[in-house]
Amino acid sequence: MKKQLILEDGTVFVGKGFGSAKDVTGEVVFTTGMTGYQETLSDPSYCGQIITFTYPLIGNYGINRDDFETIQPAVKALVVKEAADFPSNFRSEFSIDEYLKMKDIPAISGVDTRKLTRIIRQHGALKGAIVSADVNPEDVIHRLQATVLPNDQVAQVSTKSAYPSPGRGFRVVLIDFGMKHGILRELNNRNCDVVVVPHDTTAEEIMQFKPDGIMLTNGPGNPKDVPYAIETIKELIGQVPLFGICLGHQLFALASGADTFKLKFGHRGSNHPVKDLETGRTAITSQNHGFSVSEESIANTDLKITHVALNDGTVEGLAHKTYPAFTVQYHPEASPGPEDDNILFDRFIDLMKKNAAKETQHA
Amino acid sequence: MPKRTDIKSILVIGSGPIVIGQAAEFDYAGTQACLALKEEGYRVILVNSNPATIMTDTEIADAVYIEPITLEFVRRIIQKERPDAILPTLGGQTGLNMAVELAGAGVLDEYNVEVLGTKLSAIEQAEDRDLFRTLMNDLNEPVPDSEIIHTLEEAYSFVEQIGYPVIVRPAYTLGGTGGGICDNEEELIETVTNGLKQSPVTQCLLEKSIAGLKEIEYEVMRDSNDNAIVVCNMENIDPVGVHTGDSIVVAPSQTLTDREYQMLRNTSLKIIRALGIEGGCNVQLALDPYSFQYYIIEVNPRVSRSSALASKATGYPIAKLAAKIAVGLTLDEMLNPVTGKTYACFEPALDYIVSKIPRWPFDKFEHANRTLGTQMKATGEVMAIGRTFEESILKAVRSLESGVYHLSLDELADKDDAFLEKRIRKAGDERLFYLGEALRRGVTIETIHDWSQIDLFFLKKFENIVKYEKEVENNPFDKETAKKAKQLGFADKTLAKSWGVVEKEVYDWRKENGIVPVFKTVDTCAAEFESETPYYYGTYEDENESIVTGRKSVVVLGSGPIRIGQGVEFDYATVHSVWALKEAGYEAIIVNNNPETVSTDFSISDKLYFEPLTIEDVMHIIDLEKPEGVIVQFGGQTAINLADKLVEHGVKILGTSLEDVDRAENRDKFEQALQELNVPQPLGRTAFSVETAVDIANSIGYPVLVRPSYVLGGRAMEIVYKEAELLQYMKNAVKVNPEHPVLVDRYLTGKEIEVDAISDGTDVVIPGIMEHIERAGVHSGDSIAVYPPQKLTDDQKAKIIEYTTKLAKGLNIIGLLNIQYVISKGEVFVIEVNPRSSRTVPFLSKITNVPMANIATKAIMGQSLKEMGYESGLIPEKKGVYVKVPVFSFAKLRRVDTTLGPEMKSTGEVMGKDSTVEKALYKGLVASGMKIPTKGAVLLTVADKDKDEALVIAKRFHNIGFQLLATYGTANLIRETGVPVQTVAKIGAKGPDMLDVIRGGEAQFIINTLTKGKQPARDGFRIRRESVENGIPCLTSLDTATAILEVLESMIFNAEAMPKPALEAIYS
Repeated sequence: MKKQLILEDGTVFVGKGFGSAKDVTGEVVFTTGMTGYQETLSDPSYCGQIITFTYPLIGNYGINRDDFETIQPAVKALVVKEAADFPSNFRSEFSIDEYLKMKDIPAISGVDTRKLTRIIRQHGALKGAIVSADVNPEDVIHRLQATVLPNDQVAQVSTKSAYPSPGRGFRVVLIDFGMKHGILRELNNRNCDVVVVPHDTTAEEIMQFKPDGIMLTNGPGNPKDVPYAIETIKELIGQVPLFGICLGHQLFALASGADTFKLKFGHRGSNHPVKDLETGRTAITSQNHGFSVSEESIANTDLKITHVALNDGTVEGLAHKTYPAFTVQYHPEASPGPEDDNILFDRFIDLMKKNAAKETQHA
Repeated sequence: MPKRTDIKSILVIGSGPIVIGQAAEFDYAGTQACLALKEEGYRVILVNSNPATIMTDTEIADAVYIEPITLEFVRRIIQKERPDAILPTLGGQTGLNMAVELAGAGVLDEYNVEVLGTKLSAIEQAEDRDLFRTLMNDLNEPVPDSEIIHTLEEAYSFVEQIGYPVIVRPAYTLGGTGGGICDNEEELIETVTNGLKQSPVTQCLLEKSIAGLKEIEYEVMRDSNDNAIVVCNMENIDPVGVHTGDSIVVAPSQTLTDREYQMLRNTSLKIIRALGIEGGCNVQLALDPYSFQYYIIEVNPRVSRSSALASKATGYPIAKLAAKIAVGLTLDEMLNPVTGKTYACFEPALDYIVSKIPRWPFDKFEHANRTLGTQMKATGEVMAIGRTFEESILKAVRSLESGVYHLSLDELADKDDAFLEKRIRKAGDERLFYLGEALRRGVTIETIHDWSQIDLFFLKKFENIVKYEKEVENNPFDKETAKKAKQLGFADKTLAKSWGVVEKEVYDWRKENGIVPVFKTVDTCAAEFESETPYYYGTYEDENESIVTGRKSVVVLGSGPIRIGQGVEFDYATVHSVWALKEAGYEAIIVNNNPETVSTDFSISDKLYFEPLTIEDVMHIIDLEKPEGVIVQFGGQTAINLADKLVEHGVKILGTSLEDVDRAENRDKFEQALQELNVPQPLGRTAFSVETAVDIANSIGYPVLVRPSYVLGGRAMEIVYKEAELLQYMKNAVKVNPEHPVLVDRYLTGKEIEVDAISDGTDVVIPGIMEHIERAGVHSGDSIAVYPPQKLTDDQKAKIIEYTTKLAKGLNIIGLLNIQYVISKGEVFVIEVNPRSSRTVPFLSKITNVPMANIATKAIMGQSLKEMGYESGLIPEKKGVYVKVPVFSFAKLRRVDTTLGPEMKSTGEVMGKDSTVEKALYKGLVASGMKIPTKGAVLLTVADKDKDEALVIAKRFHNIGFQLLATYGTANLIRETGVPVQTVAKIGAKGPDMLDVIRGGEAQFIINTLTKGKQPARDGFRIRRESVENGIPCLTSLDTATAILEVLESMIFNAEAMPKPALEAIYS
C-alpha cells in the first residue's frame, strides 16, 4: 500500500505503508541509534512525534516481550528505509509490522531517510504527515503549515493514578512525566520502594508518602508546557534528595530559576558523548531531547553545571549548590543505548543514604 | 591531557611482508600512525622490510629503515637512532612480537626506550592464553573450557575430559597459523603437533568447540584518561568456527537486540579497561543464538585487519587516533577528522550496511584444501556499502573479481543436491554461491540453517535475492522491476543474462530511463552533523550528495583486493598517482573497493568512491563527474581489464591508449610490433585449438612455455617438456577456444632481467635494471631480484636500454611499462611487455629516488620528462646492492605444492640492502623469514637433469662444513666425486626415511628439484610440504640454492684440509 510522507516545507516522500493504515500528523524527528528500535518506539518521550530511524534496516530482530519502555507506545508514526518482514532473534514474538498494527501506529518504509535527516538537520524538526497515496500533497502542506501541534503530551502519557512498585529499600516517589520503564527498573534493582505518581501530583501529596528521595522522570514536549510541575518541584527542592532525568532535568532547572530553549533538531541517539566536569571523563550516553537548559541562565541560580555535551557544549547535567539534588539531560537508564553512566542511580542511593544518616543525627 | 613533551623521537615497527593474515591493512595503519606522530611534531623512525608500502616512503617518516624486522637488525637501529620511545601496536603481530622480543632481550631497558600505547604487560596478558584466561576468570567473564598444553600428551588428557570437537589455537601466531578444529584423534595429532611447532613459545590452547554460535566483534578504543568507546561492531555471517579473516562480515551487527548489543559492548569495554589498553583493540565474542550466554573468543591488543575494516566502514580513522593516544592525547580533546566539528570521543552511527567478503587464493592453488576453519587462508578482502543488505552483499560479490556477479556459479548447475549440502555444511570459499544454488532449488532457509547455523536473517536476505531473479526474468526491461532489482544490488550483468542481451544494452536502457544510483556520504554520524568528507558510495535512492566541483578532474582506478599477483605494490602506485594529480592541480578521484589500503583512506584523494571496480559501477561515477579521463595503468590488471569497456562507453583512457595496450598484450599484434621494431623474442605463436598448440610446439621444439593470453601473475602458466604433457595441460588447465587462446613459446633457459621505464612519447627514462637470481621459468614475482645487475656485460646492458627505449616508443607508451627479458647464450630476448605499473615500481622508486608513479602520472597529464628534469636512458646506478626477496604463505595453505615455476605463488616481498650481494641477500632472506644457520646438514633430492649442477652445490656445502644427506641415487653420485654423504631412505622405506629426517630437524636446508613430468612427483611433494610444515627452507631452484650458498660462504671460513703433496700433481 503506497503512502506519502509530507513535510511542512513541501517535501514529499512516497513509500510503502505498514503498521496501522490511518493518517497521522506530528513533529518529524530523527534518531541515530542503530539498535533499540523497540525501546525507542515505546519511549513515551516521543509522544506526538514521527520518528525517523537513520539506520536503514529496522525490525531485524523483531519485537520481543521484554524490551518495552511503556505498555502503550505514544509515538505518532515511524519512518524507515526498510522494515524487516522476517525478524530473527530467539526472543522475537512479532514482526514490527504486526506489532504496529496491534498498537494502531502507522509507519512508512522505502523512504530515503538520509535525505529526510539532512532536511531535518538543515531546517530543524518540522511538522509532517503520513497520508495515503491518493491525497493531494498541496492540501496537506497547507494544512500542516496551519497546524499547531498539541502541547499536552505529558498529560497524555503520565499515569492517571498513583501506584506502588514495592521494595524493601529507600522510599522513592517518582513523578511520572512519561516515564521509561528503565528508570523504574534501575530503582527496583536497587531495592527502592517506589511510588509512581501522576505528573500533576502536588508537593504536599508527595511529601505525604514520606519519601527518602524523589525521582523526576523523562517525558515528552516542552518543559514550559507543564508550569504546575515546575511549581511542585520548587517546593520539593531541599526537602529530600532529588534526581531528575531528561524532562525532569529541564523542569528542575526551570524550578531553580534557569531557562530552557528548543534545540534545532535535538539530540536523539545512542552515541552522544557527555563530559563529567568533575572527573574529566567522557561517557557515551543515550539521549532523546528536543529542548535544553540554557547555559547562560545558570549564572543567577543556585545550580552548577556538572555535565556538558562534548560536541555542542550544551548543558547535560546540573547539581544544586546546597541541596542534595542533581539531574541529567541524558538517559543513564539506557535502554536503548550505552550503560556507561548507570552509576548515577547509585549516586542517588548514596545521597538518600547520607541524607537519612543526617536526619537520624538531627533526630 | 596534552601530548607528551618529554619524548622527542619514536620508533615505529611495521609489519613486514604481506602474508596471509597480515596484508595491506598495516600499511594503512602504519602510514596513518607515522603521519599522525609527525603532525604532532615528533621525530619518527620507521623500520619495515617491505618496500612495496607507502609507509616506507621517505616522506612518511623522518628516518626510514628498510631492514629485516629481527632482533639483530632492530637492535642495531635502536643503537644508532636512540629513540625515546617505541610504538609497537600498529605493525600487526610482527610489530608486537618484535617489541616483546626486544624487551625480553633487554634492548629496551639498555637503551632506555619506553613502550608507548598499550604496555607490553597488557599485550602479554591479552596474547598469552594462560594469562588471558586467568584475567577473564578474575573479571568473571566467560571463556570456553580450555587448557593450555605444551605436549601432545597434555592434549590427550584434555580431550578425555571434554571430548571432541576441540579447537587448537597456537600461542603468538599470525592469523591462527597452525590451528584448527579437531573432530578425531588423527586430526588432533596432526594439528597439535603442527601448532606446537608454529608457536614461538611451543604453547597451544585447546578449547571446547563453540562452533555454530554467532561471532561478533567489537572494535574499541581507550585513552590514558580511561575514556573508552566502541568504534564499530561487526557480525560474522559465518558462525564461530571460521576464522574471522575468512568470514563474510557485516557492519553493524544485524541480529542483535539492543540488550545483546549493550551486553557485549559492556564486556568489551570492561576487558580493555582491565587490560589498560591505550589505543585500539579488537574483542571477538561468541553469542549463543538462543540465550544471553556469551563467551570471549579472543582480544587483539592492537590495530588489526578488523580495525582497518572498521575504519573504512565507519570513516573513523582508528590507527591515526591510536597513535595520538599513544603520545598522551585523549579522545575528548581530539576532533573527529571526518566532521571536523565534533569530537573523536563518540561512537559512529552508520546509516548503511557494510559487507566484507574475503578474497582467497584458490584460483591459483587449485589443489589447496579449500575448507575454512580457524586458520586464515584469505590473502585480501573487499568491502561494499549499500542501503540494503542485499545491495551491500551483491556489490561485495562483484568486487571480488573472481568472475562472479551474483549468488551463482555456472558450474554448480550440474552438482547434485547432496553435494550442495556437503559444501554448505562445511564452510569453504564458495559457500555463498552454494547457498544461492540451494535456495534456487527450493531448499528452505530453515534446512540451510540446520546445515550451516547461519542466522535465518541472512538466509532470508539471500532468499530475497534468489526469489527476485524470477521477477527479473519475467519482466524484461520493466522500469519498476529493474529499479527494485538495482536496489537489491543486482548487477547489470545479471539483468543482461536474464534478459538475453549484452550488459551495455541494460546500462544504456537504464540511463535513458533514469534508473541510476545516487552517491551518499560516509560521515560517521548518519547525517546528524555536517561533514565535508569526500567519501562516497552509490545506492539507488533519491538524494545525491556528491557535488561535482567544476574543477578539472581525473579518475584513478585502484587495484581491488590483495591477491597473489596483485599485491600492495599496486596500491602504492595508485596512491602516488593520486598525489601527483593533486600536485599537478587536478581533482583526483579514486575508485577502489579494498578496505585494507592506503588508497581508500579518504584523506588521500580529493574524492573517494568506495565502489566495485566493474564497468557499470565505474561508469556511474564517470557519468556524474565527467572527468578529463581515466587512468588505468596503476591499478594492476583490475584496472587494465576495464579499459576496453570504458572506451566502448566513450571514456578517454589517459596515458597509453587502449590500442597500444592491446598491441603489448595481444600476442600476434605484439609479435608484429617486435618484428617492426627489430627486437627479438623467443619463438612462439598463439594457438586457438589443441591441434594448433601441438603443431606450434613441434615446429619450435620442446620445452615450451604455455599460458592463456591476458593473465595476471602467470596463472595457469606451465613449462612442458613433451607432447603428452602438452596435451594434458591443454585438457586440464585451460579451456582453449577462439576467444581464449593459448600462447605457446619456446622456453629459453637463461638469466632473466626485468626493467621498469617511464615514457612520455619522446623520452624514455629507465630508473633501473634488475637481474633475477632464478633463471627464466620461475615467475618474476617469485624470483629474487638484484639491483644493480651483477652479471651483465656492458653490451647486454646497452642492448637492454636500446630495446626498452625502442619498445616504449614503438608501442607508444605514455606512462609506465615493465619489460622482462631473458638472456640466452649471450643474446637478449624480450619475453613480455606490461604496459602498466608493475610489482617492482616501489622497489625501484625507493632505490633510485625516482618517484616513478609520480612522474609517470605527470607524463600522462602532458608534462614532458625533460621539463621534470629527466633524460632518456638508464639513470646512473646507485651504490650498494639491493635485493627483492619473495615471501610465501605456504604454511597457511595445506596441500599446496611449493615448487617454484611460471605460476606465481608468493604473497609478498621484502628488500635487503647492503654493500655486497651476499650481505644484501642475507638481509633479504632473513627478512623473508628464513633461518640461515651456518652449520648443520643439507638434504638433497634432485631430478636427473639437475644432477651435474647439484654436485657442484653439494661439494661447496661440504667445503663450508655442512653435512650432506641424500637419497640413494643422488648420494651415489655425490660419493663418486669423493665427497662424504649419508644416504637417507626413500619415503616409506624401512627405518628412518626422508620425512623422519625432516621432522627430526636433522637437515637445515633442503634442496629438492622437480622430477620431469608431474606424476612421479608425489614423493617430492611430500618432502616439500614436510619442510614447510617444519619451517625448514626448501629450495626448489638450484639458483636459489647457489645464492644461499654464496651467502653462507661469505659468512663461514672454508674448512678444507691441506692438499696431500703428490709429486705428480706438482709437476703435472
